[in-house]
Amino acid sequence: MKANGSVFKYGDNVDTDVIIPARYLNTPDMQELAKHCMEDIDAGFAQRVKPGDILVAGKNFGCGSSREHAPASIKAAGIACVIAATFARIFYRNALNIGLPILECPAAAQAIRAGDKVEVDFETGVITDAISGDKFQAEPFPPFMQDLIAAGGLGAYMQRRAQA
Amino acid sequence: MAMTMTQKILAAHAGQAEVHAGELIMAKLDLVLGNDITTPVAIGEFPKFGRQAVFDKSKIALVPDHFAPNKDIKAATQCATMRKFAKAQGIENYFEVGHDCGVEHALLPEKGLVTAGDLVIGADSHTCTYGALGAFSTGVGSTDMACGMAAGETWFRVPGAIKVNVKGKFRPHVSGKDLILHLIGLIGVDGARYQSLEFAGEGIEALTMDDRFTIANMAIEAGAKNGIFPVDDQTLAYLKAHGAKEPKVYTADPDAVYEREVEIDLDELEATVAFPHLPENTRKVREAGEIKIDQVVIGSCTNGRIGDLRAAAAIIKGHKVHPDVRCIVIPATQRVWLEAMKEGLLEIFAEAGCVVSTPTCGPCLGGYMGILAKGEKCVATTNRNFVGRMGHVESEIYLASPAVAAASAVAGKLAEPED
Repeated sequence: MKANGSVFKYGDNVDTDVIIPARYLNTPDMQELAKHCMEDIDAGFAQRVKPGDILVAGKNFGCGSSREHAPASIKAAGIACVIAATFARIFYRNALNIGLPILECPAAAQAIRAGDKVEVDFETGVITDAISGDKFQAEPFPPFMQDLIAAGGLGAYMQRRAQA
Repeated sequence: MAMTMTQKILAAHAGQAEVHAGELIMAKLDLVLGNDITTPVAIGEFPKFGRQAVFDKSKIALVPDHFAPNKDIKAATQCATMRKFAKAQGIENYFEVGHDCGVEHALLPEKGLVTAGDLVIGADSHTCTYGALGAFSTGVGSTDMACGMAAGETWFRVPGAIKVNVKGKFRPHVSGKDLILHLIGLIGVDGARYQSLEFAGEGIEALTMDDRFTIANMAIEAGAKNGIFPVDDQTLAYLKAHGAKEPKVYTADPDAVYEREVEIDLDELEATVAFPHLPENTRKVREAGEIKIDQVVIGSCTNGRIGDLRAAAAIIKGHKVHPDVRCIVIPATQRVWLEAMKEGLLEIFAEAGCVVSTPTCGPCLGGYMGILAKGEKCVATTNRNFVGRMGHVESEIYLASPAVAAASAVAGKLAEPED
């Protein structure tokens, strides 16, 4: 599986309050929430993002609240993959649990620029920046997390586990 | 192999003799928590786990607190979704507004629902609060909550730990909030990412339970998976007084390995404030300069307990809130509200010109009951000062203790309670 898209680039400590402000959390409808995704850090994001685009950020991406609405609204907005130097832990597990592809790669997070065209190969963890020509190797997931991703989320994984 | 206190609790719940940092485990849950924002999403995910009924009706707690009492029609719909699910599933610990309800992390310990040695997950990042009781508790998302409700277990990556050695005694008007803000300033908002904060040292004995709840509550603001306190006589007395189950006391091995150790001398601590827009932007209030404010919020899962209201009332008593300031006091639970009323604290606040609210998370996350306009500044006893957290993206939040918040309300600017 591969992702191929334009990059939206943000800095360190992007928190879940700017990813999806709590004032919109009076609905669990992720398509509705996607209209307000990143609104408090990048007001035009929801209008500019196209299906398959890639979000790149610095360290501690998704810090703050446990709201699953954050990765879910990013996914519903059409983002195919989030690459960050590091992720806050609740965001990390939420992304895996709901099937939003994420990759930790400090070198890519630093070098890739806004607007670059980037290809991500999820099998190998190789990230290629088509503009600069740079290639980066992301941290591979441990086997359990690969199983979780392959199952398509925690619900399917737990059902398979119960049957095994 | 030597283990930290957190690792021992995780090992026991995974049915393993030992666990090591980085290991991925499945562990049994003693309690699964959700609120009116995260539970509706979890209810949507629940069918994906292939079960009709929850794993244990007595081990799930559902609390309408974030946008409750209902702030608008959509919020009312979310609360109704949760209420219907609770009834249909026969959830024993559903707490209705006004019926001994309140802000979840103040409410659960008060109701005796968490005991030492428990493993608790909650679809709310401040679930780490119960580490004050010697439990492992951590915030998760709604899918994890659904998993917990269906299967009674979920996955964990075993954390390493930072040991926080506490010594000395607080000076007057310095409290748990100053300690945790100071610590976050020291190690940063990702300083304990994927780690436990394990508190230790002779200084802990002097910390009240309310101090410990405040400290454990904000472990997440340093990126920690959990914050945890050793169980002592004060913990045991609290658990007994609140009718909690028989505690299981775990202690860190003397030779447990820590990734880092941090020292905090309470004698040296002063009133501390976190400037916008990160909890790590800490300064001593005395060195903060002149910050004129428009609003003060005293409450939340961090600082809405009776000890917090007493500290604020002691400063405000006999004074008036500055004419340019709206001071909003929010007792965290119905029981705290009642105690504050019986002790005369609500009267002190009201006479001084504060408004006293029903228990709710309300303004802390920019929900309602005190939203900030463009350019406004607020001193809050809450836990986050991110961009737009309490309202307009160009508003500012200064995180501080109840004593600092109260002193600031009177002064009309960020103020040191000693003055």
